[in-house]
Amino acid sequence: MGFEKFLFYVFAIVLVFASVRVITVRNPVHAALFLVLAFFTSAALWLLLQAEFLAIALVLVYVGAVMVLFLFVVMMLDINVAPLREGFIRNAPLGIAVATIIVIEMALVLTSDRSGLVSGALQNYAADHSNTKELGSVMYTLYAYPFEIAALILLVAIVAAIGLTMRRRQGVRYVDPAEQVAVRREGRVRLVNLAAEKKS
Amino acid sequence: MTFVPPDLMPALPEIFVATMACLVLVIDVYLPEARRTTTLWLSIATLLFAALLTLATAPEARVPGFHGHFVRDAMGDVLKIGVYLSMAAALLYSRDYLRNRTLFKGEYYVLALFAVLGMMVMISAASFLTVYLGLELLSLSLYALVAFDREDGRCSESAMKYFVLGALASGMLLYGISMMYGATGSLNLASVAQAIAGKGDKTLVLIFGTAFLVVGLAFKLGAVPFHMWLPDVYQGAPTSVTMIVASAPKLAAFALTMRILVEGVAPLGADWQQMLMVLAALSIAAGNVIAIAQTNIKRLLAYSTISHVGFILLGFVAGTAEGYAASMFYALTYVLMTVGSFGLLILCGRAGVEIENISDLKGLNDRSPWLAFMMLVLMMSTAGIPFLVGFYAKFAVLQAVVAQGFVGLAIFAVILSVIGAFYYLRVVKVMYFDKAEDDTTLSVSADAQVLMGANGLAVMLLGVYPSGLMALCSAAIH
Repeated sequence: MGFEKFLFYVFAIVLVFASVRVITVRNPVHAALFLVLAFFTSAALWLLLQAEFLAIALVLVYVGAVMVLFLFVVMMLDINVAPLREGFIRNAPLGIAVATIIVIEMALVLTSDRSGLVSGALQNYAADHSNTKELGSVMYTLYAYPFEIAALILLVAIVAAIGLTMRRRQGVRYVDPAEQVAVRREGRVRLVNLAAEKKS
Repeated sequence: MTFVPPDLMPALPEIFVATMACLVLVIDVYLPEARRTTTLWLSIATLLFAALLTLATAPEARVPGFHGHFVRDAMGDVLKIGVYLSMAAALLYSRDYLRNRTLFKGEYYVLALFAVLGMMVMISAASFLTVYLGLELLSLSLYALVAFDREDGRCSESAMKYFVLGALASGMLLYGISMMYGATGSLNLASVAQAIAGKGDKTLVLIFGTAFLVVGLAFKLGAVPFHMWLPDVYQGAPTSVTMIVASAPKLAAFALTMRILVEGVAPLGADWQQMLMVLAALSIAAGNVIAIAQTNIKRLLAYSTISHVGFILLGFVAGTAEGYAASMFYALTYVLMTVGSFGLLILCGRAGVEIENISDLKGLNDRSPWLAFMMLVLMMSTAGIPFLVGFYAKFAVLQAVVAQGFVGLAIFAVILSVIGAFYYLRVVKVMYFDKAEDDTTLSVSADAQVLMGANGLAVMLLGVYPSGLMALCSAAIH
């Protein structure tokens, strides 16, 4: 067993362990942290496949941005765990049965000689081979059309998120900075001419 | 590798709609509240101009583009024009409805335009990648539109259901796509077909992948047993959004089925035809029978949609060019009738009064004979009464099915359609023979009335002279 294979199994075991913990730990914050571990080990698996750009993107985008946001939301929401777990035991046998059947079916199909999956040995590249350059050169040429559509999907997501959540609430005490800056003396100070008090 | 810049001309309608959607988004921000109608007219003008553009740039033959991700052909052009027109009609019908419910906002139109763009991408998809991206562009816009009335709890609930089940369907479709990619090594639909044909024998993973693709498509079309989301979404969404969800996306779903199953996985036709046969038979049965028990008219129309989806799938079961053309004809006329029926529900409502139940249509004839007559025409046509377009659409599909020897299936479909006619006729009975609870006359704006008239007239005219549209569909498929 080569060192590479050894590394693969280490990462794979950690990945499976972390993924199982994501759905079994009680504390949502811990679950999110296990998800971070899962992303990190999958990034390591990408590296073994010589896809360094994807590995870095996974860490930067998912661990760096998405998971931080996720943790933030989990901490903000203060989820009560108990109601979420109701019916877990009751539904577990059915869930396990379905999952087992799916796994057995998939294994039978994929390991069969007739499965017909295209397979090939991994090509080894020189150390200075740039994965990023490869990706970039197809992303903006052959895949320009899907790339643009993906950009439009993001735009729709922005419009939808703002459209659904932004609201002007009535009765909120709010100071308009522009109005504050443009204030004039007449608006704030009123000179009242008071007659001097007379002695009675 | 030398890079050849793609020819942008075939994709001109897509580029135009995308640009205009962004422009409408920006222009709307600068409009004062009172001039919000400008956004509506700008959106409708965009759709109509896109239709002209599609006609003007229609190529003679099939034009592939963008390195095999895009295809422009006659079928796509016909369906796209159907999408533009039905969407423009839907936007015009719902103007007063939105205004009465404080939903008259620019984002509504921006999302509608992006939904149109998503449908265009789906219709012109030539690779699994664009199929999926187009589908997501459409679905995301629709989820947001369903949830648009955020004050209403039912809207949020149905949007949530739609989102979760839609995500599940996308997952199924992606799973199927990944298996097809694993088995053939290509995402391009034409190369996938070649690779499958070149293999000779069918491998397990291919059949597995096809099954997942069919499940994903059935979810999106709303075929039984993957129809659960349909009645809830139809009922929960604002009626104007239900109209959008129910109409144009079915054209895109038809195109998607054509592109994936007929163009991509064609060599496995015998396998997916059996799957579709089961889906079609179940949809026609469940749609027509469950609809009888409905009292909510939006749910009734949802079950009606399910049975129509069954008929559209029947054309694919036939597996011939005639069958596909008949399905396409059915999808186009279904959209025409659906936009009309939902348009009527919207026009019959007022501020604070929404047509929800069949009993809300009581005595419509006394309140507005014109609207009642239009509803009569649309319901009769949807039921498949002869000399209206719905009858001919059903007839063409059944003819194609019988020509392939599925006589039993055709008889089954006919019997269930007759059973289904009951609930359409019940709506007619309620409108004409029951007494209205409040008999104020309905006032409908002139432009909506003209549009309604054109809609009803199209249903009647196409019923008498269906050959023109049918010839167009056959020519587009060949």
